[in-house]
Amino acid sequence: MEVINDDLPTTAMAMRLRGVKNQFGAQVIHESLDLDVRRGEILGIVGGSGTGKSVLLRTIIGLNTPQMGRIDVLGEHVAALGPNDRHEIEARWGVLFQDGALFSSLTVAQNIQVPLKEHTEMSDVLLDEIAALKISMVGLPAEAGNKYPSELSGGMRKRAGLARALALDPDIVFLDEPTAGLDPIGAAEFDQLILRLHAAMGMTVFMVTHDLDSLHAICDRIAVLAEKRVIVCGTMAEMMQQAHPWIHEYFHGPRARAAIATKEA
Amino acid sequence: MTAIDSSTDGTQGAWLRSDVQDRLLVLAAGGRWNMASAVRLQVDLEMLEGPSGGLVELNAAEITGIDSTGAWLLYRTLKRLREEGLETRLVNASPTVAEMLDQMAANDVPHPAAPPVENGLIRVVRHMGETTEEIFWEVIDGIAFLGLVMQTLGGTLLHPSRLRLTPLVFHMEKVGLNALPIVGLISFLIGVVLAYQGATQLQKFGAEVFVVDLIGVSVLREIGILLTAIVVAGRSGSAFTAQIGSMKVNEEVDAMRTLGLDPIQVLVIPRTLALVLMLPLLAFFSDIMGLLGGGLMAWSVLDVSPGQFIERLNGSIGMWTFWVGIIKAPVFGLLIALVGCYEGLQVANSAESVGSRTTRSVVESIFLVMIVDAVFSIFFAYIGI
Repeated sequence: MEVINDDLPTTAMAMRLRGVKNQFGAQVIHESLDLDVRRGEILGIVGGSGTGKSVLLRTIIGLNTPQMGRIDVLGEHVAALGPNDRHEIEARWGVLFQDGALFSSLTVAQNIQVPLKEHTEMSDVLLDEIAALKISMVGLPAEAGNKYPSELSGGMRKRAGLARALALDPDIVFLDEPTAGLDPIGAAEFDQLILRLHAAMGMTVFMVTHDLDSLHAICDRIAVLAEKRVIVCGTMAEMMQQAHPWIHEYFHGPRARAAIATKEA
Repeated sequence: MTAIDSSTDGTQGAWLRSDVQDRLLVLAAGGRWNMASAVRLQVDLEMLEGPSGGLVELNAAEITGIDSTGAWLLYRTLKRLREEGLETRLVNASPTVAEMLDQMAANDVPHPAAPPVENGLIRVVRHMGETTEEIFWEVIDGIAFLGLVMQTLGGTLLHPSRLRLTPLVFHMEKVGLNALPIVGLISFLIGVVLAYQGATQLQKFGAEVFVVDLIGVSVLREIGILLTAIVVAGRSGSAFTAQIGSMKVNEEVDAMRTLGLDPIQVLVIPRTLALVLMLPLLAFFSDIMGLLGGGLMAWSVLDVSPGQFIERLNGSIGMWTFWVGIIKAPVFGLLIALVGCYEGLQVANSAESVGSRTTRSVVESIFLVMIVDAVFSIFFAYIGI
């Protein structure tokens, strides 16, 4: 239930955030935010609109520099790393942006090969094979490899984005609203895909989501962002017992009940 | 017994030992079969050969870590050996390794080869044909667009209340008033350059005073209006395309249609009218600045006083020289605005398309301005002014 636990050894942690503060102009987004993410877990981040879920994700992966605080990812103090170490740690995480953020001038297969070419030395044949492998692993048809992002549907673009995020077999995968904009069938399939890949590859998943079905279906723990920090972090069962009004409303509202009913059915 | 090993000082890599016992090839894999280390074994793995028709046994007992790249390298090696007629067997694999290899087998689908690269010559011919066809349809489309705008404009003239005054004035300020500094500066400098270059050439014949005629005719007939049109195409035509294009990407244009607003009426007419009205004024300003620059240079280099300059200008330049330049301005304005708006409305649903359409808009409008200018020249020569 507690947000942080300093008793756990650092090696058991994928990420450790302490006292993070983010501010844009006069608007404070996060203030003394603490969060622990354990290795190998699927953590869901929820919070109302404008509570800075995506900002938190961008802060962890270094696209946004916090005003204060310390962020350790995989045991490394990210802000203190030199360019080379930073390059190395970037190879150990993968990010799926909201609409895939695929490079529009490259085919799907070439998109997947971008991180492979940057971080490894593979022959062209092997590059093609690994790209085809990843395309198949995220459930895309083999023909998708030669297509450009603009020729794919939104759901396929997300899968292709996930394939690129997984190209280097990262230790951590960041997902920004992976099921937003997908139809319920596509969203459920995407949930299962993440669960399956998580089982096969054992990576840590950090997932910003609004999708109650996803939270029920795949998250080991859920962190709630409110009042500029993570107010609670725990399992679904623990969330159901929270008295905080926003959390109670979130997990007991009509949509939440529908999600629970689906889960139980 | 041979061994391959990707371990480097201090870091443990992946290794593979092979041992041929009669018709049995025993492979022992160990270490960390991950992307960083296993890739270094790819060439050695491709060279691996077994006794023909025999059995390959992969002992995975000592593999301490595996990721999908490592698993793929092992899988493809075994697969190749199988295809060469050997039998393969996996022994002592931990559940993780077995699971990873199963995953590889499940996801081993033949990937379609990239479409073959076309013969260079054929590509050139095909490209030429495609471009020609594209230009043909663009011209047809452009004429249709011209008709549509004219029809809407006619309707606006019949019902002046349909005209949106606020955007019209806004665009007049944007394309006209705000363009004054750049148009003025460029025209002034061109006047200076013309006078200086003309003077040095004409001095050889002792005909310095004709520099006034040179400046007068060239600035008023051609340079003033052409420079203005090119600057406006660059700063306003491109802006029209980018504005309308990004509205198109944002589905704002579609939203307009559903709200019963006509994009031609709302977006195209104010911009077109603004340019048609402002370009003659800008051209006039450009003429004056060009003459001013030329006159100043003539004064300082050739000692032609301002009084002499004006007198000479009055004597040698007829009123039609001035009108020939100004008459072209509204036509150029119409061309630039139509091309800018047309390209904006052609934008597809991507940011990339906004960029490429904006480039096209500028190139096409300058090109059309030059063509129409040549047509005007022939026309004026024909009627003798």
